[in-house]
Amino acid sequence: MFPKGTKRKFSDSGEEPAVSGDEPAPAAAPSAAVRALTSAYSLQRQSLLDMSLIKLQLCHMLVEPNLCRSVLIANTVRQIQEEMTQDGTWQIMTQALAAAQCPTDRLVATEVLCRQTDAAAQAGQSPKPFSVVGLEEGYHAEEVVMEGDVETEVTMSTLSPVSPQLSSASYLAGTFGMGPCWEEDEDDDGECEEDEEEDSEECVSEGEEGDRDHLSADSRTGEQVFGTFEIKHPAPPPDPALEELFSDVDPSYYDLDTVLTGMQSAPKMGPYDLLESLSSHGPTALSSSSSCRSDLNELDHIMEIIVGS
Amino acid sequence: MQNISDIISTVEFNHTGELLATGDKGGRVVIFQREPESKSEPFSQGEYNVYSTFQSHEPEFDYLKSLEIEEKINKIRWLPQQNAAHFLLSTNDKTIKLWKVSERDKRPEGYNLKDEEGHIKDMSTVTSLQVPVLMPMDLMVEVSPRRVFANAHTYHVNSISVNSDYETYMSADDLRINLWHLDITDRSFNIVDIKPTNMEDLTEVITAAEFHPHHCNLFVYSSSKGTLRLCDMREAALCDKHSKLFEEPEDPSARSFFSEIISSVSDVKFSHSGRYLLTRDYLTAKVWDLNMESKPLETYQVHDYLRSKLCSLYENDCIFDKFECAWNGSDSVIMTGAYNNFFRMFDRNTKRDVTLEASRESSKPRAVLKPRRVCAAGGKRRKDDISVDSLDFTKKILHTAWHPTENIIAIAATNNLYIFQDKLNSELH
Repeated sequence: MFPKGTKRKFSDSGEEPAVSGDEPAPAAAPSAAVRALTSAYSLQRQSLLDMSLIKLQLCHMLVEPNLCRSVLIANTVRQIQEEMTQDGTWQIMTQALAAAQCPTDRLVATEVLCRQTDAAAQAGQSPKPFSVVGLEEGYHAEEVVMEGDVETEVTMSTLSPVSPQLSSASYLAGTFGMGPCWEEDEDDDGECEEDEEEDSEECVSEGEEGDRDHLSADSRTGEQVFGTFEIKHPAPPPDPALEELFSDVDPSYYDLDTVLTGMQSAPKMGPYDLLESLSSHGPTALSSSSSCRSDLNELDHIMEIIVGS
Repeated sequence: MQNISDIISTVEFNHTGELLATGDKGGRVVIFQREPESKSEPFSQGEYNVYSTFQSHEPEFDYLKSLEIEEKINKIRWLPQQNAAHFLLSTNDKTIKLWKVSERDKRPEGYNLKDEEGHIKDMSTVTSLQVPVLMPMDLMVEVSPRRVFANAHTYHVNSISVNSDYETYMSADDLRINLWHLDITDRSFNIVDIKPTNMEDLTEVITAAEFHPHHCNLFVYSSSKGTLRLCDMREAALCDKHSKLFEEPEDPSARSFFSEIISSVSDVKFSHSGRYLLTRDYLTAKVWDLNMESKPLETYQVHDYLRSKLCSLYENDCIFDKFECAWNGSDSVIMTGAYNNFFRMFDRNTKRDVTLEASRESSKPRAVLKPRRVCAAGGKRRKDDISVDSLDFTKKILHTAWHPTENIIAIAATNNLYIFQDKLNSELH
């Protein structure tokens, strides 16, 4: 059930700093921050952040999402964010994103990069970039890997209109077909919630309507949970050097816990601001091939919709 | 092929242990009854057979939010028996229902106006009057909904608990707890509300709640941050201030990004004595003394070998699984489920523990369960041991129940119910 993850490789393993207790001062030279970014800990922390943000967005669309789970994931995101703020990597990240040119009409159909280890992927699905928030082609965006029985093991993300990623060819076609249906449901950006959330901020998002539709589709669950999911200016990391650095990264989840140490408290920041600066800016490949499971019941439901019964 | 609707979502014995109710994902309730022991057939004594099956909840659609409301039964709680009929409360995410379960084993025969088939008689054939008499008939179990407690929960109901006054009960969702009178369905009192003004500030939810078994003014609720709050309803109408707060200080050396998630309490149960609390979080089960808030009395490692796998378990969502826990009748043994259809029992006195498996292959009727062992990957492995990496995480035992007085346990393994009896040690000691 948990095959071992592949060993990680660094292009500059010689420069790898000590993992714990090493916090380059924000004012230090950019290389120090870059070093922090490339350290095992930071990369794995980034993976965890990406994964958490995906989980928050890709919630079940048919049934109300589990509030407890959403709160716990959001708290995890907040912790990571606080720690990243503490050691300066957050600042680097947001600066890089802010400086980037961000075309707003970039968000298109959402496809996911599948690993070639998957048999079904070999059967003919070409890898496609994962673009929840509009990553461009060429990024080593997040890979959500699936393995095992196609029939029974489907990632959570399949149920979301954002990333209809399934290893089975038939499912893939189906969920792509789903995309527009779901978008139709969600095209009210201004739709704010009912009584219990009247005090939350409005889920207004800037930018292209088309983008917003898609994003607010996912953020709807966030809205329901927390009231606001502001997704602004999704932007790719502009720095090709960074991209190259990360291209070989293969974090092993098994080491994540042993590597991640020492939480530091930091001034509170909204976790949803993270989505502004975009989770997937740090392209890290998920090497773990453990699958995310989803309810077969929901899958049946979706199939019913597709089939039109 | 597995029918998803049959996944058991709750298991509960009634107060005498004569009846065992299960709820499933399809909204059905199945009640089992224990056969009375008979001297003629010593081996069939005390077995549970199906007594009644009924559809408790149906799927609904919330038009305002465009979301489905699942019919899955989250909890069943029996009322103490006060007459020949049995009553139970069952709840899905939004609506609680009170069901009456009664037996009919006689029926009146000899009507004047209609014949045996129920057709109206031709009056000209009626020449004399007779008094209908009650004749025995095949036992029929009738179930009828007596109350529907609806529209009181915005969030998902996770717990219901009947008060020891037998008049009121509470229902808890993620952010609020409501107090009901069993006879009144159009009103409930909100006794706990932890919803923040701005939902963006939400960081903690209610995960479970239960009334004290003897003191009708006391109840406890647990949170996703691993805290327990004991509240006294006499103190204030809105019990937002707790009387006692039970929280174990965090071990700074063990801190990780998953610390909070694994500290989230998935179940809380008062001991039968009312003196202790049993809680379950992701990796441990803890016994708390109501008189000591600073830390638990005892901590039992359920599956510590998962500690190094937390990231994978986070990725596949298993880390959010909510395991229940149970006391035995004398509060000397606690039980909880794990993965791979394993469940664990811890003897609080002898400090011994055992891991058992609920599966068709390993359990034939009247066979003795063989203790199982999980070894760490790469560790020394005995025959029959299971390695951590071979565990099946889709086979999780979330729901277990212990007979109130005897050593009989009910284990729900996905869509199968296992009932184990300890014949040798029927009397608890």
